[in-house]
Amino acid sequence: MAYSTKVIDHYENPRNVGSFGTSTEVAKRSDIGIGIVGAPECGDVMQLQIRVSDQGIIQDAKFKCFGCGSAIASSSLATEWIKGKSVDEALTIRNTQIVEELSLPPVKIHCSVLAEDSIRSAIEDWKRKATASTTVANCSTT
Amino acid sequence: MISPKNQLPNPIYLDNAATTRCDPCVVEAMLPYFTEFFGNAGSRNHQFGWKAEDGIEVARDQAAKLVGAQPKEIIFTSGSTESNNLAIKGAAEIYAKAGAGQTGRGHIITAAHEHKAVLDPVRRLMREGFDATFIQPPADGVITAEMVAAAMRPDTILVSIMWVNNELGTINEVPKIGRLCHEREVIFHTDATQWVGKMPTNVETDQIDLLSWSGHKIYGPKGVGALYVRRRKPRVRLEALQDGGGQERGMRSGTQNVSGIVGFGKACELCAQTMDGEGTRLLALRTKLESELVKRIEVTVVNGHPIKRVPNISNISFGFVEGESLMMGVREIACSSGSACTSASLEPSYVLKSLGVGDDLAHSSLRLSLGRWTTEADIDAAIDMIERAVNHLRKLSPLYDLHKEGIDLSKIVWQSH
Repeated sequence: MAYSTKVIDHYENPRNVGSFGTSTEVAKRSDIGIGIVGAPECGDVMQLQIRVSDQGIIQDAKFKCFGCGSAIASSSLATEWIKGKSVDEALTIRNTQIVEELSLPPVKIHCSVLAEDSIRSAIEDWKRKATASTTVANCSTT
Repeated sequence: MISPKNQLPNPIYLDNAATTRCDPCVVEAMLPYFTEFFGNAGSRNHQFGWKAEDGIEVARDQAAKLVGAQPKEIIFTSGSTESNNLAIKGAAEIYAKAGAGQTGRGHIITAAHEHKAVLDPVRRLMREGFDATFIQPPADGVITAEMVAAAMRPDTILVSIMWVNNELGTINEVPKIGRLCHEREVIFHTDATQWVGKMPTNVETDQIDLLSWSGHKIYGPKGVGALYVRRRKPRVRLEALQDGGGQERGMRSGTQNVSGIVGFGKACELCAQTMDGEGTRLLALRTKLESELVKRIEVTVVNGHPIKRVPNISNISFGFVEGESLMMGVREIACSSGSACTSASLEPSYVLKSLGVGDDLAHSSLRLSLGRWTTEADIDAAIDMIERAVNHLRKLSPLYDLHKEGIDLSKIVWQSH
């Protein structure tokens, strides 16, 4: 399989690798949204973590990925694209844009779909937690 | 698409189970048969034909010697796939218990982790009225005579068990399975593609009726192979798959690939000469490869039986790292992976799955196979490169994080896609 230079670049120099703490630490934080998509038996698992401001701006993003080079590149690219965007803007990112940017061949389209899903999933997680913490805050003030 | 980085200097070839470099001595032996002795071996009335025929008969002798057979028992084919098809379909047709179009035509035994070139002919026979049992291999991958005995039925007509598994290098109990088949008067075929030329073979003492092998796995040319067909005790008969000029004793019509057959014969001769020393040399290299990788990288598993393996094949899973991305990290090394991403079907290796290796570890596997030109320097370099790539990928792996946090990955409910 021939890889595009952009895939190789993301593979060799992945952007924003990491997480904002252990799985138990980040689970408690309401400013962090976590998206974990895929499964080990399918050969790819993507984990995207976003740190979001009260105004709904994605201030930072971190990823980890178990998967092929194209999956790594797709998730690395996703973190670059969503940083600084509002969650609503981030939700407009489509997998086809990732395919185009990385010149992914047809057999690797599912990697880009997974990256889109991870963005969606992380934002949903953040929204759920943010709503829950607001509810708790309201309760405590009454 | 191809980056200049994809064209690497000094690649390390560790994919000898896929194919081997043709030995220059083999090429040298072949060359006159393209230009000088270009005759058709079937031309019985002039010297061009005689020269070609002589070349083929020398090769038949060389091939026969490598497996302890008589020259008349060797049929030249295009390779193991054709040899397997001819052996399995050709024998089933002759030994069938009922005619075409009927059911209950006979029972065939094979194993779930055989090569597709055995599984698919057997599956075709199942659609044509035969029954089959696919023995599920144990975790070590080795098929024993007891397992075959347990699968035997009164209507069993054919057993086809490969000598060495091509993905794992594991060695099945071939002489014992052969003895069992002869006791039960069942025809025994073995796909010996990864065994012959590397390990000593004697179709008499190993009790084999039909044996397939290929030229390109033993430093010979592609597109040529052989099928050994036993002629006495018992005389094995086959229905030809291809009709025509009646070459190869009527079992394989078609003008012989003279230069290819000459090269195949030469390759067989060279293997017979070098086998003993080469086996010892490769075993030492493979032992170093495996022990270093297991020592340096945690959660590294060598798949298949620890000892009952040919010296040149190693199948290793590196936990929490996906195989294709690992191959990308070691682009200087030419090897194979059981990862789905490297296959057209997007399914992980059915061989590893049949052993009960978890899907995650199947996705994390590399097959490294050594050969005549593999040096210790190659192995040393490969060990370092693999270690570096696995470490790089584990820094990216969410599964490795979970492992380090002490979380059992098998207990997590994943969002499958």
